[in-house]
Amino acid sequence: MEILSVGIDIGTTTTQLVASRLVIENKASAFTVPRIHIVSKEIIYRSKVYFTPFLNEVDIDGDGVYRILQAEYEAAGLTPDSVATGAVIITGEAARKQNAEMILMRLSSLAGQFVVSTAGPDLESIIAGKGSGACGYSKEHKCTAVNADIGGGTTNIAVYENGETVSCTCIDIGGRQVRVEQGKITYISPSAKRIAEDMQMDLKLGQAADPGKLSRLTDRMAELIFLQMFAPEADPLLEVVKTKSAGAITVPGRDAAVFLSGGVAACVFGNQEEDFPFGDIGVLLGRSIRKNHWFAESKIEHSAEMIRATVVGAGVHLVSISGSTITYSPDLLPLKNVPVLKLTDEEVARWRSGDDGYIADRLRWFSQATDDPVLALGWNGWKSPTFKEIKEMAERVRNVYDTPDLRKLPIILIIEEDMAKSLGQSIRILLPERKLICIDSIGIREGDYVDLGSPIMNGVAIPVVVKTLVMG
Amino acid sequence: MMDQNQLEALIREVVAEVMGTKTGAAPAGLVQDAANAVQKAAAQTQTVIDDIPDDELVDICSHEIRQRILIAHPMDTEMMDRMRQMTNARIGAGRAGSRLNTVTMLTLRANHAQARDSVFSEVDQALLDEMNLFTVKTRCTDKNNYLTRPDMGRRLNDEGRALLEQKCKKHVQAQVYVSDGLSSKAVEANVRDILPAIMSGLESFGISTGTPFFVEYGRVGVMDEISELLDAEVTCVLLGERPGLSTAESMSAYLAYRATIGMPESRRTVVSNIHKDGINSVEAGAYVAEIIRIMLEKKASGVDLSL
Repeated sequence: MEILSVGIDIGTTTTQLVASRLVIENKASAFTVPRIHIVSKEIIYRSKVYFTPFLNEVDIDGDGVYRILQAEYEAAGLTPDSVATGAVIITGEAARKQNAEMILMRLSSLAGQFVVSTAGPDLESIIAGKGSGACGYSKEHKCTAVNADIGGGTTNIAVYENGETVSCTCIDIGGRQVRVEQGKITYISPSAKRIAEDMQMDLKLGQAADPGKLSRLTDRMAELIFLQMFAPEADPLLEVVKTKSAGAITVPGRDAAVFLSGGVAACVFGNQEEDFPFGDIGVLLGRSIRKNHWFAESKIEHSAEMIRATVVGAGVHLVSISGSTITYSPDLLPLKNVPVLKLTDEEVARWRSGDDGYIADRLRWFSQATDDPVLALGWNGWKSPTFKEIKEMAERVRNVYDTPDLRKLPIILIIEEDMAKSLGQSIRILLPERKLICIDSIGIREGDYVDLGSPIMNGVAIPVVVKTLVMG
Repeated sequence: MMDQNQLEALIREVVAEVMGTKTGAAPAGLVQDAANAVQKAAAQTQTVIDDIPDDELVDICSHEIRQRILIAHPMDTEMMDRMRQMTNARIGAGRAGSRLNTVTMLTLRANHAQARDSVFSEVDQALLDEMNLFTVKTRCTDKNNYLTRPDMGRRLNDEGRALLEQKCKKHVQAQVYVSDGLSSKAVEANVRDILPAIMSGLESFGISTGTPFFVEYGRVGVMDEISELLDAEVTCVLLGERPGLSTAESMSAYLAYRATIGMPESRRTVVSNIHKDGINSVEAGAYVAEIIRIMLEKKASGVDLSL
């Protein structure tokens, strides 16, 4: 069967949409337990790239975004009903809480089933590297790959090893850090200003935009991007231009495959005659990267997506499929943006040894902290559980969830190892009336949110979107 | 082991050949010396083997041995390792000239022996007692009879029919039972987890169940007679599969809606590959319970039922 997934990225600079077709099949033979997998992901529609409409320096123009997306839905032949899953991601400097709430309200008729989320700089880095193909490349070639998504406001860097995200970071360097209109400089970002000061360059608003001078600035920016990837300690200026709340990078070896994506990457590989076709320094930065010595010395690989890496990553690579031996109350689905309390193996061991109170307390605190009526409990589990262990675990779950203040909470359990169906059935015997979702084969991490879609393949499995998001 | 006389005779022959005296008149002293030397060497070898402590001896059927890459100089060790993790098949076994390595050869023979043992052994009575399963037999009288007469393994003997009549609840929605089939090891490895998982799953769906029991020398087809005898709506047998060289512990569940003697095989639904490296027993049990629920709802099984 096929499902339609839509990704919408509303960034500081651009707004885009992609629609993709995910083909889902039972890969097991008819004579055994089904194994449902996404067998192909095909992008069927790529929107034009729009400048994100703003009302002022900080507030997104919701009506403007709505008009853009409505027109793109029409052009793509999409109706809100035909779209099974997807994500709206607000990234970069646009990712403010007020913007997210406003977009959520404005887009509810188009993407009512979706989650509107703001992606912190780290998640954006991870998603972009999935969209560009860096993550997949590292898995296929069992190597280290590093992706630099060079956009308008930021450069998002993520390092992958064998298909796993190792680390990511973000710096405030991008193509729209300096803007140019009618030959004059009309905007200088705080971080561009600091870089210019560090170079003792006289850069002021209203100056004539001199390509030679601005190229010296972008040369320095290009050097900083590569240094951030391969030698972050080498230049103290990197600390200055680092995006607030961004993580730290584990430095990849010099033989790592390098992927460049984002709007500026398109300028690295393209041949723009003009200096300022987009009214910014994007083209100059692209040229600077291309002629930088690091570029020649690195193993640069071909990115599958440039300017669309983030939106493709969001729309195509976020959806996964649960295991096919699961238990759920159908009327509870779909569920969006469920926060997950992930128990460590030590906590699970403590729970299994009888400390139900500890887990109940953890759930209570988590419930208060997230202020969410629905939340999920996740753990890794163990291979080939015995029935005795399953039964004991079901009793443990009952002991925790059948307490006065947790009695209203639906039981949502997300386990990595295969044990959800028998556990779910055992819980049902103990708490027959309780709303229950118990799924497995989904790996989650502390702080993740999940979307649980409507059942697919005759109810055998459910689509799951795991998001490591920073809300607000 | 050869005795002293045989050894001496052999050496005498060899020495005679070497010395060119076809008559067999090799000097007795020389033969005696050679025989002593050979005996001594043999004794030394014996000693060396005895010297290895038990915990240093590896079980050639163990997981570790099977995971070992035996290719002498793999081009890409890491990739080979990853491929190795993805299958239980004997890949990365390498070779010695055009033949298998000794380890591979021994492992294959050991696995084959395990498979045979699994067919010929009986299910441990203590396990059946623990699981509260009483035993009924088919018309087969022993293992050989069972292996050579599949038709007799598809029908209960008279005592068996009488015992079921006497001990089992009738007209239930689901009758689940266990049978040795072709692998007693599969029953021993899985029944402790799969049977209670199914029963508990059925309980969670509110489905009425019959009394589980054990059928010795059972073929899949005997479920049809049992279904008729007990008038169960769905009958499900958990049965040991013919062992292969990768596992002797694989179990299958065969299910049918209103099975009758002589019905086409296409009316059976099967869930196969239940073992620790396939589908784990508890999840398979939960899945079987779900299939039974769907069968009762759709009143169909086998190819008539799309899952």
